[in-house]
Amino acid sequence: MSEESKKPQEVTINIDGKDYKVPAGMNLIDAVKKASGKEIPHYCYHPKLSVVGNCRMCMVEMGTPMIDRATGQPILDDKGTPKIGWMPKPAIACASKATDGLHVRTDSPMVQDCRKGTLEFLLINHPLDCPICDQAGECRLQEFATDYGRGYSRFVEQKNVKPKRTQIGPRVMLDDERCILCSRCIRFCREIIKEDVLGFVNRGSYSTLTAYPGRQLDSNYSLNTVDLCPVGALTDTDFRFKMRVWFLKPVSSICTESSVGVNTEVWSREGKIYRITPRENDAVNDSWMADSGRRLYKQVEADNRLLTCKTGGADVNFGEAVTKAASILGSAKLAIVGSAHSSVEEQFALALLAKAKKASVSVPAHVGEGDSILISSDRSPNTRGALVTGLVNTLPNPTLSDLESAITSGKIDALLVVREDITQAGIEAAKLAGVRIVYIGTHANATSQAAQVVIPIPTVFERNGTFINQNFRIQKFNTCVPAPADMRSELKVISEIAQAIGIEGLDGLTVSQVWKQMTTEVQELTGLSFESIPDHGTQLQAGRFASIRFPEGPSLHYTPGATSIAKA
Amino acid sequence: MPGKVKEIERKPLSLAEKTFLPQIVSGLKVTCANMLRKKVTREYPDVLPPIPPGYRGMPTLVKDPDGREKCVSCQLCEFVCPPKAIRITPGAIPEGSPDAHVEKAPQEFEIDMLRCIYCGMCQEVCPEEAIFLQNKFTLNGLSRQELVFNKERLYEAGGTLQDQHFKWKKKKESEEHGNAQH
Repeated sequence: MSEESKKPQEVTINIDGKDYKVPAGMNLIDAVKKASGKEIPHYCYHPKLSVVGNCRMCMVEMGTPMIDRATGQPILDDKGTPKIGWMPKPAIACASKATDGLHVRTDSPMVQDCRKGTLEFLLINHPLDCPICDQAGECRLQEFATDYGRGYSRFVEQKNVKPKRTQIGPRVMLDDERCILCSRCIRFCREIIKEDVLGFVNRGSYSTLTAYPGRQLDSNYSLNTVDLCPVGALTDTDFRFKMRVWFLKPVSSICTESSVGVNTEVWSREGKIYRITPRENDAVNDSWMADSGRRLYKQVEADNRLLTCKTGGADVNFGEAVTKAASILGSAKLAIVGSAHSSVEEQFALALLAKAKKASVSVPAHVGEGDSILISSDRSPNTRGALVTGLVNTLPNPTLSDLESAITSGKIDALLVVREDITQAGIEAAKLAGVRIVYIGTHANATSQAAQVVIPIPTVFERNGTFINQNFRIQKFNTCVPAPADMRSELKVISEIAQAIGIEGLDGLTVSQVWKQMTTEVQELTGLSFESIPDHGTQLQAGRFASIRFPEGPSLHYTPGATSIAKA
Repeated sequence: MPGKVKEIERKPLSLAEKTFLPQIVSGLKVTCANMLRKKVTREYPDVLPPIPPGYRGMPTLVKDPDGREKCVSCQLCEFVCPPKAIRITPGAIPEGSPDAHVEKAPQEFEIDMLRCIYCGMCQEVCPEEAIFLQNKFTLNGLSRQELVFNKERLYEAGGTLQDQHFKWKKKKESEEHGNAQH
């Protein structure tokens, strides 16, 4: 097939008197947004869900050129232009598709009147909860009421009363009075996670959202309904009443829960993270994210977070820790345990260190059960990165049996462990007494307990870098909050240790500097730079790993063995 | 170069001038006139000046006539405050409390009176009419920390507002008697 025939057919639609080219059959709300940048206000429509057309907010006037039935010719008006046959009543844009010659009026007096009327009906029974509503600030009802609403209420009767604090799932709170019955959450459960637990009961303005009797909205994807909810009816119990959204600053990041590499937005204020929401990426996670991934920010302020350098259990400053680490790692019988939680840059720097020291590198795999949606069975974000950067040449194994036998036989006497707890990878804690360990990581664990030197490093939220996901898509994550005081980045720690041992060429490592070297030395990354990777990531050609049998099963936008590996 | 010097001959004093009496009398006249005039000064701080209506003094939190704290920690004042003097930690009202229907109240509410510029924007923005600038304009303390007022001190200074809105009380009543589903 040629490229030409693959391209969707384009049609011309007229929006408020101007012609635009849009793909044929595109949903009219999306087409208007894409072509003219105008937003047709809507509540129930969502590009990833089916169309129900029950909010009536997206009403527009539509018309088509009139055709003379006898001749089949367009009827022309006085000026010689085709006469438009406007439909006498407005129609909903979400249930219409872009067709050739379609004329749309998105802001005519009739449309404005429709919006006013729709909003007045929506607000009749809506409580005046904004001061205590978590959605305030990102509420579509607030926004549209200000943009298109009447501005005052004519309703003097008593408002309907509905349940206000219903826990419809372990993580989701429902306020029925705020619900505008758009049914996005119902459709999400039915269509995306295929667990049809939500529905409306009663009729008319007494309609109420409820979970099926005896069921709960307890899917691991339940919090997507909170994101979908255009008003504050569904709220996250974890984020509830924690902080108003207008204080929060969103930063693009990547979820580290599994090798899917869900695109996220991390919302923080003054160095404290309050919530994580999914960021739309149609090649990876659409608009969704697992609930478990949203809670990963808690690691930042976890009790077992490492905050100071330690040698032999006592706090020391960074310089002393590096000197002590260098005296251990100077050993000729050194082994390195890298991590699939390190970024591509950090793995590359560690690989350089290992090469200079001629040390063997092992990376433990974290394998769990995948849910075939957005959690894969590889529970580390950057296993592909370890392969691409050459940190390891074979697929990481959950147990480090080679390392264990090397420790037992006394082949190694010094160990550099980065971000991993090797006691979880099949090495008994008692055996660690036989080697001297330098641990570089974020949290205390059995390995850091056994280590002679412990150097703290930032979590994914406190540094920037890249991860390569299961599809060999390289994606960038950014610094969301500053790292705790006096904490050096992993690159800086590797670089300082290398200098202290006396290895040349690893001084002053930074992300962009490592990238300069990687683009020349790593074939998959040729021609890329850290700055040039877009927020949505870049697909790598990874043909040289085609023979590796990765543990992941199929998931959203991922088929094992397909994609770039087959193409290359 | 020395400038030109003009010499003026000093006139001898007259007899009246020599006695100084006219000068003393005219001086006493001024003194006596002022002694009898109405006082323009005030024995501050024992006597405080009258505060005109609309005066913007120290911001405080108020309770409604039922003793419910009016603030629901919407944090709009914190957002609007130009010198960032307000700091709120929002919190939930636990189920079972008489105010559970209000759902939200500040866990902590701090105003740094040293930062406050008495602009009154917090009072203007408050959707619950919970924060008011009072007449008090002198605040003293021995440390900076002492002038960061916490919620307790702000309510103590604010007292009760005798308004008759009862927004949340009405809300609760309608929950009990309103258009329940049928």
